[in-house]
Amino acid sequence: MRYDSLLDSLGHTPLVGLPRLSPAPDVRLWAKLEDRNPTGSVKDRAAFFMIEQAEKDGLLAPGTTILEPTSGNTGISLAMVAHLRGYTMICVMPENTSVERRQILEMYGAQVIYSPPAGGSNEAVRVARRLAGEHPDWVMLYQYGNEANARAHYETTGPEILEDLPGITHFVAGLGTTGTLMGSGRFLRERVPGISIVAAEPRYGELVYGLRNIDEGFVPELYDESVLTTRFSVSSVDALRRTRELLDEEGIFAGISAGGALHAALGMAAKAQAAGERADIAFVVADGGWKYLSTGAYSGTLAEAEARLEGQLWA
Amino acid sequence: MAIEVRIPTILRTYTGGAKAVEGSGATIAELIGDLDTRYGGLRDRLQDEAGLRRFVNVYLNDEDVRFLGGLETPVKDGDTVTVLPAVAGGAG
Repeated sequence: MRYDSLLDSLGHTPLVGLPRLSPAPDVRLWAKLEDRNPTGSVKDRAAFFMIEQAEKDGLLAPGTTILEPTSGNTGISLAMVAHLRGYTMICVMPENTSVERRQILEMYGAQVIYSPPAGGSNEAVRVARRLAGEHPDWVMLYQYGNEANARAHYETTGPEILEDLPGITHFVAGLGTTGTLMGSGRFLRERVPGISIVAAEPRYGELVYGLRNIDEGFVPELYDESVLTTRFSVSSVDALRRTRELLDEEGIFAGISAGGALHAALGMAAKAQAAGERADIAFVVADGGWKYLSTGAYSGTLAEAEARLEGQLWA
Repeated sequence: MAIEVRIPTILRTYTGGAKAVEGSGATIAELIGDLDTRYGGLRDRLQDEAGLRRFVNVYLNDEDVRFLGGLETPVKDGDTVTVLPAVAGGAG
């Protein structure tokens, strides 16, 4: 395929079957390989749509500073576009994220401001909001509440999956900003009666939930519970185990959140099989494994990898 | 047999520091009621008049009870219930 530029090559990622992990000939799993995007993650879709919208709204001009709380992938996507378009990029990122993320961000010319590890992405959001208040000329695209994030998936991810898999019965993706699930989920619900939209939410070590008060919790503004059929909490060890199975059984070297989504997808597959129903289950591989090598997720025993991942943000 | 309930750090002041406690009941609401008799005040941190508090997530065997039956979700011996505060997920 030929494109005028890297940005033009966004999306149209492969949907690949998983013949060895699918439990039966009529209960099949399909992986949407979002690592085949310009900077290697599903976040390229949201980032490009958010920047395009901000440009249309007249919020961005050469030299404008963009600020974003991110655990990494969105920051990398935004930093790449900002670099090409002449914006300055500042990312607020929790300290407990992999070193590769910081290196890639800096490679694209972004400045990284760390937020404290306790509290995870909640803290990054809090710090970014404070900075935005102190610098009214900075533009915070704010992926957790930006409609262009969900719209990117409504207009691209959802349609691509339906075109490749008209018989789809389940769509499974990781739950973070909720943009992938809200956008793709709404699109698929409008066109596929009875489809299940399933969220796989990462369950981290205790450090990440270190809030002072339960009322300080956070629900992304984009989140609309009615789009989902159900929502699973996936532990680090389950996500790691499935990430390794994806590599061992199907040859797919994916990031750890893909293991989380696969875990939920296999759960839905087992339910369908037990009920004697056919199923075509598509799940999102949000990124490849490269950015997580330093976490030790792929080496040693599962228990060793789990211990190394304790307190790290893996999605 | 009983139902294991995992308690997040922030609520362990109510359980004397215990990470997990055991309880009984036929529904999530009954289970929380049972726990409240031994860990007074816990119920008010988990629910209000409208149901589960906005920033509280409760999972039955890893599935969010809001999609099962809310506080009326049936539970049985051997189940695991996990309570977690709602936080910004990592995937951003």
